[in-house]
Amino acid sequence: MPGILERKLADGEFVVTAEIGPPKSADPGDFLKKARMVKGCADAYNVTDNQTATVRMSSLAGCVLCLSEGMEPIMQITCRDRNRLAIQSDVLGAAALGVRNVLCLSGDHQSFGNQPGAKNVYDIDSTQELMVLDRMRAKGELWGGERLAKAPDLFLGAAANPFGEPAEMHMIRLAKKIAAGARFIQTQAIFDVDLFERWLGHAEREGVTDGASVIAGIIPLKSYAAAKHIAEGVPGTFVPDRVLERMSSAADESAEGMRIAAETIEAVRGMAGVSGIHVMPIYWYSGVRPLLETTGLLG
Amino acid sequence: MIVGTRKPFEEIIALLGEPVGNRILVLGCDSCMAVSLASGEAEVKELIDELREHSDALGLGWEFEGRTLKRQCERKYEERVSELIDGSDAVVSLGCGVGAQMLSENFPLANVVPAINTSNMGAPEARGIFKEKCMGCGDCTIHRTAGVCVLARCSKALQNGPCGGTTDGKCEIDPETDCAWATIYDSLKRRGRLDDVRGLVPPKDWSRSHSGGVRTVRVG
Repeated sequence: MPGILERKLADGEFVVTAEIGPPKSADPGDFLKKARMVKGCADAYNVTDNQTATVRMSSLAGCVLCLSEGMEPIMQITCRDRNRLAIQSDVLGAAALGVRNVLCLSGDHQSFGNQPGAKNVYDIDSTQELMVLDRMRAKGELWGGERLAKAPDLFLGAAANPFGEPAEMHMIRLAKKIAAGARFIQTQAIFDVDLFERWLGHAEREGVTDGASVIAGIIPLKSYAAAKHIAEGVPGTFVPDRVLERMSSAADESAEGMRIAAETIEAVRGMAGVSGIHVMPIYWYSGVRPLLETTGLLG
Repeated sequence: MIVGTRKPFEEIIALLGEPVGNRILVLGCDSCMAVSLASGEAEVKELIDELREHSDALGLGWEFEGRTLKRQCERKYEERVSELIDGSDAVVSLGCGVGAQMLSENFPLANVVPAINTSNMGAPEARGIFKEKCMGCGDCTIHRTAGVCVLARCSKALQNGPCGGTTDGKCEIDPETDCAWATIYDSLKRRGRLDDVRGLVPPKDWSRSHSGGVRTVRVG
């Protein structure tokens, strides 16, 4: 049976997903505290996988904790930390525990995180991860052809960076991810709506996004410092100068950040090719609910 | 070629420790490490000069010999200096990891001190600038990607396209490093061959790489 995310996307409803970063902690309470701050705000919740290459509670554990709260999880799995054995095994285990949405990612390079001396894996890339998991789902087979007693019931997603250069090359890669089995695409955070709309138009004209739903990434900026950090320190994120200027000159920075996020949500909602938004609160979990209230997306 | 750099002098001194005797042989290699500007005759002399200064300052009384072999990784060249090796209390190798290992293998009693950090299989792009090109996967497929190896030249070894972090044609982890996929794109675009990279590349069979175990190549 399809999950909430898959069902709503199939029905053409505008969806909301929200990201939860697991804590550096073995205490489930530390995860649940964050989860409860956004509970009820979204249709499904991404649980990140050692984001920015920083060791945290595992994505699978976070997903199971989400399920215990009645929240539908999206398990993020990077290719940085796991080879094809581990990825397939973890997905079988996750499916057995009730997780069905999986977001396939390359992962941030370990040099950005707290284990810069780590050896990365990259046995397969995120497109190949989709190929492997889609075969498990559709054919009930492991990579290599062995039959599974029970195939995992998966809804697969991938990430896209609408601002990546060379744009044509990024578009080719996105087309491959969708051909490999991605059914939903969560984008990097959008701070330049016009540029995003151009990208979307390009994707639609070329039929790249046929067969997959585009969910637009939103980061509410809590402060000018956060905006600067995201602009400079988060790979693949593009924050135009005019956004930084708005944040720096605002009397109330968090209110301005909220306004920018709300304006972005309003703008992308009006675009035909956008199926939903994906809110990445970074460190501002308490900002998610008011943001969605402002934009009429709550409940 | 194999690319490497000389270890810092302090590290060489630490590795050298206190040799049982005072006869130090510095052994260079005239192949890859010489091209890497780390082990030609000039570099052998330079290291001996530094070691002599250290010995003089501490009154260690070390005596030095220096030779540069055509290829330190081959026994036949090593054997040409076998008497010197046998007569030394420490052999400081300015060969790559292969050369230093072959010295240990062929002269089991020699006290071999590795003085090179071997880095990669690459090529000089400008004087003193060497870039990684190949990772020895045992199954070359660079024809698919404009002659650029994504396994060696993409920091995440991505085989189906660039990651989201590439900026202005540079790698997200080092602005000095070209993004392999930007290079591939430019090359294929120029030649009207972007279709080369449109197809899905399935998971690679790594069994011919080091993942398949230590490799022996048999020829003939």
